Amino acid sequence: MFLTYQNPVYAYVKSPDQGAAEPVHHPLIVVGAGPVGMAAAIDAAMRGIDVLMLDEDNTVSVGSRAVCYSKRALEILDRLECAQPMIDKGVTWKLGKIFFRDELVSQFDLQPGEGHKIPAFINLQQYHMEETMVRRMSELDNLEVRWNNRVTSVENGAQRVRLNVETPDGPYALSCDWLIVADGANSPIREQLGLESKGQWFQDRFLIADVVMKAGFPPVRWFSFDPSYHPGYSSLLHRQPDDVWRLDFQLGWDADPEQEKRPENVIPRVKAMLGEDTEFELEWCSVYTFRCRRMEKFRYGRTLFVGDAAHQVSPFGARGANSGIQDTDNLLWKLKLVMDGAAPERLLDSYSDERVYAADENIMNSTRSTDFITPKSPVSRTFRDAVLELSRSLPFARALVNSGRLSDTAFLVDSQLNSEDNDAIPGDMVPGAVMADAPVQGVRGERWLLQTAGKGFVLYLYTENASALHEAVIAQLQSLAYARTALECILVAQQGTAAGLRTLHDSQGLFAERYAAEPGSCYLIRPDQHVCARWRSFDVSRVSAALAQATCNV
Amino acid sequence: MTLKTENNFHQPGKRFFRPYRPGDDFYQALIETHRDLSEAQSAKVNARLILLLSNHIGDLNILREAMAIARDAVVPGSDTD
Repeated sequence: MFLTYQNPVYAYVKSPDQGAAEPVHHPLIVVGAGPVGMAAAIDAAMRGIDVLMLDEDNTVSVGSRAVCYSKRALEILDRLECAQPMIDKGVTWKLGKIFFRDELVSQFDLQPGEGHKIPAFINLQQYHMEETMVRRMSELDNLEVRWNNRVTSVENGAQRVRLNVETPDGPYALSCDWLIVADGANSPIREQLGLESKGQWFQDRFLIADVVMKAGFPPVRWFSFDPSYHPGYSSLLHRQPDDVWRLDFQLGWDADPEQEKRPENVIPRVKAMLGEDTEFELEWCSVYTFRCRRMEKFRYGRTLFVGDAAHQVSPFGARGANSGIQDTDNLLWKLKLVMDGAAPERLLDSYSDERVYAADENIMNSTRSTDFITPKSPVSRTFRDAVLELSRSLPFARALVNSGRLSDTAFLVDSQLNSEDNDAIPGDMVPGAVMADAPVQGVRGERWLLQTAGKGFVLYLYTENASALHEAVIAQLQSLAYARTALECILVAQQGTAAGLRTLHDSQGLFAERYAAEPGSCYLIRPDQHVCARWRSFDVSRVSAALAQATCNV
Repeated sequence: MTLKTENNFHQPGKRFFRPYRPGDDFYQALIETHRDLSEAQSAKVNARLILLLSNHIGDLNILREAMAIARDAVVPGSDTD
């Protein structure tokens, strides 16, 4: 069907659960083996939770679909041991060029400067990504996947969740303590539970055409407002692996989707964009409309919604799959603590609060991009075109050009899990921020700061010479490993080592720079690599209090 | 003082973590100001807005510079846009 890709088929296998007299109980079930559901299942398994994944289908994404993966999503996937094959296969990019009436007016660099393990963005067909994640799932003994298992109904009970599942061998029932719903934008489970995702439809249509061609364009996001080959509208060009190129054309609301999808109508548009003589073959096309919406909350008792099932955005900015993976990053460490009895259930409400906040930011940014790209009134268009005209020569107007604000992280500054930030430390690593990466040299061979966080809570203490650290301080730092919520203390030093404490050397000074660190500076980091407290000096009682705050143990 | 043409959007008392945010906040507020208005009404709102901002700036050197840039390459009789 596709020129460059054939979908794998994953075998349906009948489970012993299907013949059981009573519904078999599982601690955690995840529904939906898309990128977000798989991230949830892999994260759960790596945190030691026995997890069952149910998927209604038996293959990966049909069509390239979501193709842009952001630095933060890849950092999370790196922790899940999925990112490297994706980066190896994907097209790495960081530059965006913006054209207005065929003239370059603005460009942006999403990752200026060195010293990050993960690139700003890669482009990769969703099916390649999903194949990597399916392989990763198969490596985990405490993760079971059942293909062709379609959930037909859910009863969200106070003590447990009950599910009815349809299979090629007929229906069966299951129960679980916790259910993660990752069944996509139209979420059948959300509908079946009578829950709504509310928001706004946009009155515009877009054509996606994936074409196969050998072209010498660099790996740059190429966005055009009002180009001569597609006057009055916008277009986007993006490179994917396998010589596949993603073209995106704004069509307007009156376009007929069935007509526009036909090759005889798509090919002239592609030729107009790429040049009459360019040789290409059409791989896949689709006409889409979109909406921005979210559920009121992402937690309903024992049922937790993630990804598109919980929130949906317009595609400008790649804020869909990338934010869904951030949902699971936020959720799974909390669920693990709750399942272990190490935190109260209300810690899971903070999942909803924090990710609703992030979803609102994603919806706001992608709505603003949509309004700029497709102005809704003559005066909006006048302002939009004036910005683009002025952007040729004036920096302030370039800053206003909005062709999509590409997926970034929310700063969860209002989170109840944060402790007060009273030490007037400059820089962006405030409580609620995702950690910035930095190159380090660890005595165990660690090369990147982010490699050293993500399992449990971590306290980083910055010092000039680790060998000169006072014994009493070392003993206090070590004692934190045995607290109710275990905490690893890691020294970041310019030189030296301390017995019994992991030490990283800030070899390029970038930790000190990015964390505005002075000797004595401490950062308390959550298992999802978010800062939750920071101080200019170490005080064991403040650290313990902040740890209790971050786990709702107060 | 000359006309500022670097990105200058900011909001006292508010911390922005993304450089695009204050400009985007402004732009959304501007478009919202025109919501549901006819073209004639929008022209009226724009005129009032320019008068208010001009008085706030006050410095005629800056205002003349801005007017010249705004008018630049807009040629009478060639209404192509």
